[in-house]
Amino acid sequence: MPTTAIVSGLVLGGTYALIAMGLTLQYGISRIMNLAYGETIIFFAFAAFLLYSAFGINPIAGLVLLLPLAFAFGYLVYGVMMQPLVRRSARSGNLEVDSILATFGLLFVIQGVMLVFFGSNYTSYNYLNVGVNVLGATIAANRLLAFGLAVLIGGVLYLALTRTRWGTTIRAVAVAPQSAPLVGIDVNRTARFAFALGTMLAASGGVMISMYQTFTVSMGVIFTMKALVVVIMGGLGNLLGALVAGLLLGLVETFVATYIDPGLTLAATYLIFLSVLLWRPAGLFGKATR
Amino acid sequence: MVRALLAVIFFAGALAALAWLPTQFGAYGVGLLLGMTGYVTLASAWALFSGPTRYVSLATVAFFGIGAYTVAVLSETLPYPLILLVAAAVGLCVALVVGLATLRLAGVYFVIFTFGLAELIRQLVTWYEVNITGTLGRYIFLPISGEQIYWQLLALAAVTIGLGWWIGRSRIGLALKVIGDDEVVAAHVGINIARVKLALFAVSATIITLVGAIQAPRWTYVEPSIVFNPTISFLTLIMALLGGANRLWGPLLGAVPLFLLFEWLSANFPNHYSIILGLLFIAIVFVMPQGVLAMVERGWSRVGQRGRKAEPAGTEAAQ
Amino acid sequence: MGMYSRRTIMCALGVAVAMTGAWAPGAAAEERSSVKIGYAISKSGANAGGAGITTIPNYQLWVKEVNEAGGLELPDGSRLPIEVVEYDDRSSSEEVVRAIERLATQDEVDFILAPWGTGFNLAAAPIFDRFGYPQLAISSVTDRAPEFAKRWPRSFWLHGGGSDYAQALVDILAKAADQGTINKQVAMISVAEGFGIDLVNAARPAFEAAGFEIVYDRTYPPGTTDFTPMINEAAATDADSFIAFSYPPDTFALTQQARVANYNPKVLYLGVGTQFPSYAAANGENAEGIMGLGGTDVSNPKVMEYRKRHEEVIGAGPDYWGSVVTYSVLQMLQEAIKRVGLDRGAVTEELSTGTFETVVGEIKLQDNQLRDMWWAGQWQDGHFVALAPADRPGASEPRLPKQPWKPAN
Repeated sequence: MPTTAIVSGLVLGGTYALIAMGLTLQYGISRIMNLAYGETIIFFAFAAFLLYSAFGINPIAGLVLLLPLAFAFGYLVYGVMMQPLVRRSARSGNLEVDSILATFGLLFVIQGVMLVFFGSNYTSYNYLNVGVNVLGATIAANRLLAFGLAVLIGGVLYLALTRTRWGTTIRAVAVAPQSAPLVGIDVNRTARFAFALGTMLAASGGVMISMYQTFTVSMGVIFTMKALVVVIMGGLGNLLGALVAGLLLGLVETFVATYIDPGLTLAATYLIFLSVLLWRPAGLFGKATR
Repeated sequence: MVRALLAVIFFAGALAALAWLPTQFGAYGVGLLLGMTGYVTLASAWALFSGPTRYVSLATVAFFGIGAYTVAVLSETLPYPLILLVAAAVGLCVALVVGLATLRLAGVYFVIFTFGLAELIRQLVTWYEVNITGTLGRYIFLPISGEQIYWQLLALAAVTIGLGWWIGRSRIGLALKVIGDDEVVAAHVGINIARVKLALFAVSATIITLVGAIQAPRWTYVEPSIVFNPTISFLTLIMALLGGANRLWGPLLGAVPLFLLFEWLSANFPNHYSIILGLLFIAIVFVMPQGVLAMVERGWSRVGQRGRKAEPAGTEAAQ
Repeated sequence: MGMYSRRTIMCALGVAVAMTGAWAPGAAAEERSSVKIGYAISKSGANAGGAGITTIPNYQLWVKEVNEAGGLELPDGSRLPIEVVEYDDRSSSEEVVRAIERLATQDEVDFILAPWGTGFNLAAAPIFDRFGYPQLAISSVTDRAPEFAKRWPRSFWLHGGGSDYAQALVDILAKAADQGTINKQVAMISVAEGFGIDLVNAARPAFEAAGFEIVYDRTYPPGTTDFTPMINEAAATDADSFIAFSYPPDTFALTQQARVANYNPKVLYLGVGTQFPSYAAANGENAEGIMGLGGTDVSNPKVMEYRKRHEEVIGAGPDYWGSVVTYSVLQMLQEAIKRVGLDRGAVTEELSTGTFETVVGEIKLQDNQLRDMWWAGQWQDGHFVALAPADRPGASEPRLPKQPWKPAN
């Protein structure tokens, strides 16, 4: 029984980690607190659904089509909306509040557009919904895929960030955006790239989720908040932290549901989250700023 | 001295006029005033703590919901004024516990912590109701009219803004401003940061709890998903930030136009509400970077009117 | 900046003036050219998913059909087209209350259609009552309907209570157990919202009274996405029946995850969402045999004709539970207006006492409640057919045990 709980907990956590990593990139490196993050996820869930139901393109192939689109979308949003705010904040230092307000507006726009196009109905389809035996536990193949993708993305990005020159640049911007230009780093370009990358991760999360979760256009905020909780728990801007925190939350939920009471899963999530913050105010892997 | 006296007289007169308004309007007008005053109070109370300390709290709905739920639980056992007292006391206790716990957090960690807190309370209330009392969803059959709710909220709003004014002039206000600008400096000049923050958080949370308690009789039926709706936290925050959270009249000037805007949009564009609202929001951020009040002030001084009004001058550009 | 500021202030002033203007008493009654019907409904927010399938399409369909026929017929035989005033309550209690106040006092509509959901109908009830509008509360399942109908005499409660649905389910299972098809153990989960708790509270004593043993009984918070632990726990028991009083996202997820786990209870009963056409679309032939609340008498040609029209006009099929009820209730309103005119008091009285011919057959309300309902249904041959009450004409026989899951296509 414990192995079943561990395996299904890890797989559930994989989904959380997947949606959180994009947000941690966007906040940690681009300094944008993106409240419209969940709407992006939902948008790409609908896109995957549309490709599958209208054109018969399976979500895996859909992913290949949608990811570049997501990158372009993120690139555009940052360029048009965020860049002026970032520039302005060099004087006023108000980027956090400004980005909250602006992305709050963006949230409504994306949601409103989706309402017009997709309506408010629950949407659901099945893809790869077959059981796979992992160490004696039966796991849905689509969830396993999401878990695999999370670990893969987490691993690749972690290696890229720590082992490549490009990664060093990004980390430099994350740690000291003021000083980075001194060593010849184009902060703006790096931030824009990171934001677009984050959008791409959101899209991959959306496509994965669409395979096994029912969604409506109003659900974005649920994902934003779940992602935020994971990001904060792991430490802002820390990819590995997001991965670990996501998996941890999945484990906690599954264990509470199995051994204590399914009614307390979400309470336990927030309890764990709050305790982690009280124990380490900057998250599991975060460094205290003060 | 004369100016202060005039201000007080003006304030009292305006209050009396506002209290008289419902007699002129039908139920919808009262509903509108009521909703507006509710958000003015929420935003002002929110700004009491979050304005000077720059701690962005998303726990508004936690206290709002606690207030509403207390009324729902006690509506048939206690007389109404006593219920409000109990609600305030519950809110205060929760705020003190939470305040003590959150003092170590800063920045966005605090933001999400408070959000998590609101969700945790909602989950616990749900779990308690389901497993201990065996019901979910409570009924409030109190004979309280819309006008009465409005008057209570109006009084609470006046108290809140009055409190803000008093804090702004007192030693605490000064201490707060230092904390907001730089906590390290504040600590060095001997300010007990923890105590000041805690006191303010508790006051702000108690007022928010009361708003929830006062408004609850209007809905007849209460369940966690209704009273712990996170939208309330977001709207409060947006209104206060938009008006300018570190100014006395800022939250009011953010809440009133925004509330009317929401109302106007939802009355005229029920199908494209979100899109228009979102675009407006983005536009506002770009056009009015410092909040409505700062902009109005700047507009005034440009037109050549006399300078600032009698209010604590906020730190405008610095963060 | 100065430019902007002045313009924005003007804008704000304009809004304020427009609002004040709206407070002025409406224009004097002129020659009537239409019947104004208003509603406030959750077009966005958490409740939009439910309102968007059961309520909004039927309001739209009805209005379109009435207007295409020349309008609402009045006692003198003349017809007036319907003019719709609609608002989005954004899934907020405060909004729904204010929107209905606006409909009653600003728009001065002739009739107000009910919002979606039990909580919202209760929030709106005092206002309907104060302004003298009949309230046809369709999408609200509550056991306290008799009490509410007394408290607000103009309110009508038209979707039954939790105990009706629970009792119907227990009766079906008791019969199956007597025939030896299933054992007398059930595993049961419910969503921690008003709906789930109402039903589970009614189901517990009903099961006990019928001699069933509830071997697993848990409540999960709304928003739960992973049901694997609960399915595993339920599968580990000997129960032949698995019952979930669930909400749509949970219903879909439970189906998928039960299939993945290859969990094959002989009775699989799920909550809201089972009745949606999209449920059949997502699950194909694996939906066969799954039970749930509601159901539709598919042998009734009028109902089938309605379903076809709904699909043509709205572009999607109606659900197999509240949709047809919503539509029938609107037909009642239409008929009542035809009989007694636009006087709200007279219409209320007529709704309360009259007998009406609708797509689901003849309806006569009892103490302002609709009691001729389908309480349980099952997917059979591509339709979610009605099972209970078994003695009502049009009821189908339950097919138990449910077939095992078919491998994924």
